[in-house]
Amino acid sequence: MAIKIEHLNYVYSEGTAFEKHALKDVNLELPDGQFIGVIGHTGSGKSTLIQHLNGLLKGTSGAIYYNGKNIYEEGYDLRNLRSKVGLVFQYPEHQLFEVDVFSDVCFGPKNLGLPKEEVEKRAQEALRLVGLKEKHYRKSPFELSGGQKRRVAIAGILAMEPDVLVLDEPTAGLDPKGRDEILDQVALLHKERHITVVLVSHSMEDVARYVDRIIVMNKGQVLFDNTPREVFQHYRELESVGLAAPQVTYLMHDLKEKGWNVDPQATTVEEAAESIYAELQRRNGRQQMPQCNDMQAMRTGRLTGNTCS
Amino acid sequence: MSIIKGRKLSYDYFRVDEDGKEEEKIRAVDQVDLDVKEGDFVAILGHNGSGKSTLAKHINAILLPTEGTLYVDGKDTKDESKLWEIRQSAGMVFQNPDNQIIGTIVDEDVGFGPENMGVPSEEIWERVEKSLKAVGMWEYRSHSPNKLSGGQKQRVAIAGVVAMRPKCIVLDEPTAMLDPNGRKEVIHTVQELNRKEHVTVLLITHYMEEVIEADKVIVMDQGNIVMQGTPKEIFSHVEELKKYRLDVPQATLVAHELQKKGVPLPDGILSMRELEQELERAAERNQIHGDQN
Repeated sequence: MAIKIEHLNYVYSEGTAFEKHALKDVNLELPDGQFIGVIGHTGSGKSTLIQHLNGLLKGTSGAIYYNGKNIYEEGYDLRNLRSKVGLVFQYPEHQLFEVDVFSDVCFGPKNLGLPKEEVEKRAQEALRLVGLKEKHYRKSPFELSGGQKRRVAIAGILAMEPDVLVLDEPTAGLDPKGRDEILDQVALLHKERHITVVLVSHSMEDVARYVDRIIVMNKGQVLFDNTPREVFQHYRELESVGLAAPQVTYLMHDLKEKGWNVDPQATTVEEAAESIYAELQRRNGRQQMPQCNDMQAMRTGRLTGNTCS
Repeated sequence: MSIIKGRKLSYDYFRVDEDGKEEEKIRAVDQVDLDVKEGDFVAILGHNGSGKSTLAKHINAILLPTEGTLYVDGKDTKDESKLWEIRQSAGMVFQNPDNQIIGTIVDEDVGFGPENMGVPSEEIWERVEKSLKAVGMWEYRSHSPNKLSGGQKQRVAIAGVVAMRPKCIVLDEPTAMLDPNGRKEVIHTVQELNRKEHVTVLLITHYMEEVIEADKVIVMDQGNIVMQGTPKEIFSHVEELKKYRLDVPQATLVAHELQKKGVPLPDGILSMRELEQELERAAERNQIHGDQN
């Protein structure tokens, strides 16, 4: 077990007119190697929560255990914790500052006091992991595209070789392909390095596609904590707290209501298509589906009623 | 009538070295012909770096074409004497809700534009009221913008533009930084403005679902317009869109997957509702087919 959060509370500006109870009695366990999604509307406490994971914010009360040790204990090595729990902020590319890509990625491990050789080896490995080509290593970060800059920023964290990688909306503002590339890369990393990944996201579709477990935050509390299939069953409650389920969830529920025997828990496009296809075949009994490989026929309207070329 | 008319519009960025010497010329927009009908809702899609924001910045003359011309409401954007008129005809809303608001109170912020235009103060307040009501933020008129959610801030920013009574609003990824609810709020607001106030809308976005109800979709790639048409026409080309690093709505994707498995569905399904209807139709067809055998 890697991270354990017990009765964590966090109060902003205590004792002033702006006092806000941002986290209320949060209890969570984040075991090693999980891919976890955190969702919640703006102001639900999700960013506050993740900033506690590496001790950037200190809880007003409660405790956080990292590998069994309370990080709030006196003399706890927070520096070491921060190299083990890597936090990638929103728009991390705004934090790039070095003269070239490679030096920027070296900054983290260099600060850990590692020898130069090790630093460079780690930087190279980190840049490889985020899929940035070598020809960009000596470029100024400002010459790169938004998606590339973001990868450099993520590599900067990876070079510290964290056991836990926390990403706060890593795909905000990226085009669909850039979004898929970053998330695929993170998923691959999770698989290759067996690190724990915590992904904060506003996109229910992305969360449904990648994570094993979803934590839903609302008003500083954990509202749901389960697999995507289970969590998105509560789509009405999610809507009432400013969230939603992936769009396919709505489709599956509607079809189910109309008497289709489909899987209402499907949360991805592939699962949904699979389930609908199976039902269409079932409905057809032993009768084969009309095989319409000639899509052109349909487009031109030759396919009407029971004819199918 | 075209409210925005671009002819062979091109824009070059120059990359300079430390001594200010020109190192490289990058063509961000390349010979684009653009026509937007008055009152239309037009969505512009394209990957990061495709030139869509550069193009958008031409519409209220933040950028001027390197080559070619752009007419906004009949005025050439290169004509400096018309600059204020052009900016009044076409307002712009940007991505980040936090750096477009300057007032300390919501209604003052919305009044900033008309005040700058020299509108008499009585009319300023009329306009402020009308625009805040149009975006559904009237109850928040005496709030501090800092305390608003991202979606609410964007609506205030939109009200600020609306108060200048533009014929056209250009929105550059206004929902990129918002949560699902904020996104819905903003898109709904923009759609209402278009429908009720007949404001021409140009919406740049990466969210395909926001595009479904547009009158026209323009796809940009490498500074060129590579596809344009109704959402139905555009989203019928799933593979081509993927080539341009874009996506299609989830309903379209499910339909596409099913088509690949041989289920007879028409192209260009955009919404889950449409998909449901088509699926029922497909199932019925099967029924008939089955009965006959």
